[in-house]
Amino acid sequence: MNLGRTVAVRLLVFAASLFVASIAIFLVVNALPGDVATAILGFGADPASIAELRARLGLDRPLLVRYFSWVGGMISGDMGRSYLTNESVTALVAPRIGVTAWLVVISMLIAPLVALPLGMLAAMKRRTWQGAAASTVSQIGLSIPAFYAGILLVIVFAVGLHWLPANGYTDLVDASGRWRPVAFLQHLVLPVTSLVIVQASVLTRYVRSAFVEVLSEDYFRTARAVGWTRWRALWRHGVRNAAISVVTVIGLQLATLLVGAIVVEQVFRLPGLGTALLSAVANRDLIVVQGIVMVLVFAVLVINLLTDLSYLLIDPRLRGRDAR
Amino acid sequence: MRRAGLWIGVVLVAVVILAALVSLVWTPYDPLQIQPAQTLQPASWRHLLGTDGFGIDILSRLLVGARTTVYVGVVAVSLAALGGVPLGVLAGMRGGWVSEIVLRVSDILYAFPALLLAILLAAAVGASTGTAMVAIGIASIPAFARVARAATLIVMTQDYILAARASGTSRWIVSVRHVLPNIAAVLGVQASVSFGIAILAEAALSYLGLATPPPTPTWGRMLHDAQTYIFTSPIQALWPGLAIALSVLGLNLLGDGLRDHLDPRLREAA
Repeated sequence: MNLGRTVAVRLLVFAASLFVASIAIFLVVNALPGDVATAILGFGADPASIAELRARLGLDRPLLVRYFSWVGGMISGDMGRSYLTNESVTALVAPRIGVTAWLVVISMLIAPLVALPLGMLAAMKRRTWQGAAASTVSQIGLSIPAFYAGILLVIVFAVGLHWLPANGYTDLVDASGRWRPVAFLQHLVLPVTSLVIVQASVLTRYVRSAFVEVLSEDYFRTARAVGWTRWRALWRHGVRNAAISVVTVIGLQLATLLVGAIVVEQVFRLPGLGTALLSAVANRDLIVVQGIVMVLVFAVLVINLLTDLSYLLIDPRLRGRDAR
Repeated sequence: MRRAGLWIGVVLVAVVILAALVSLVWTPYDPLQIQPAQTLQPASWRHLLGTDGFGIDILSRLLVGARTTVYVGVVAVSLAALGGVPLGVLAGMRGGWVSEIVLRVSDILYAFPALLLAILLAAAVGASTGTAMVAIGIASIPAFARVARAATLIVMTQDYILAARASGTSRWIVSVRHVLPNIAAVLGVQASVSFGIAILAEAALSYLGLATPPPTPTWGRMLHDAQTYIFTSPIQALWPGLAIALSVLGLNLLGDGLRDHLDPRLREAA
């Protein structure tokens, strides 16, 4: 099997997953008991006006028709209109994607910068107190929910020291087109740090075990035998070999990171996708809920696809194979 | 060193379970009764951890919160095991397209973290303890399926399986009599890890108001409420978060310790 075919198979699996996921989301939201029109008008509403509202929202059509009109709209970028405000869901969601994306992307870039040295230290010095300390730090970071880390950071850096704002958000470029990089970063430091604490802890554990494995490999012993230092041998041979498992974990963790971002947005009152999603849930604005969940699931599936494809770049041995 | 981890884990988990049990029969104060004259009291001999914005004793609420945490965790992990283990064992024993389907389905489930499932359920039928447990349980199925499959694949290469199959024992009997007992230990480790993840998920959901509704105290909701007073009484936010973190730490250490205990060869790598 060649590279082209491998990529084609992955893309096919991606498309199929997307299709199944869209059906699952639609069914959970629409097929479970609970009527939107009744929820909007209240239980006391008369049947005639409920029927009228159902017709206006298009809820009187068969489930299958509604599914395809929703998916068809999504593909062309039209996510429908809010049941409550009649606002376009796309217009509601689009500006908020940026906030969540900044949070996730910056955290994802910083977490490995913390985890790689910490994990390598934990592996190299695993029989000394430094290694044990590095492992302990990551074990503790792993046990703290990101939103609790966020609250603690607010208590220390906003309430106690007054260094940073406790919540809120500033766009990188404000409405009048002026760049506001300092205010932008000030508002992101604490949310990003709370996410990084958790992500880096997870990653550190995997980096550590990946490198411990490398340390026992023959090629590592050979490199040492010809006089290379431990760090040089680890750097030249270890990093690429450890990279596969680390990239997998970064990929898998991105889904967790996305979810963590949704919660952390609430701690810091950031106007991102999570905030829009939760207020839609509170209002029972189902079309908004299913739209945003679909966007998030789409993001997770794309990340999984990219993770899969990146193995091929890192490990040439996998290029000919289809199996994982 | 590793041994110490296991024992710390056992003690922490035991404390949480004990707190949940004690709360069934006794709490220092009524965990639901609002006391307007007692709001935001600092720690004292009367209120060991102080009182919250409603004047309710924080320690009492923490104890009752442990009950919710343990309850949601146990039910969610059981759901995940009941769903994931049969799938994983089936995939491991049959291989081929059966295994392929199980893996693909668990891949798709991976794209639905507990939070998104809980949000969908909350939007459709309203948030409750039940929707939180179902969401966390379903989201944890893939982990059990994968671990069960991997462990089954190893067991299937053993001679006693060959002997059983050769003597005409049916697949069903083999799976129950030979496979399950031999993968039980690995599943135990997974249960411990999944329990920790379930606690984190439950805490996040109740922090967001997507799980057990008020007035029942949950650690996540306590953190949410404490955030209102973060400028006047920040210490309040410390306790529920500490309870969450120590429970998760306990379960992770327990899981790691059990894994090392099962397989001494892994001691280096884990």
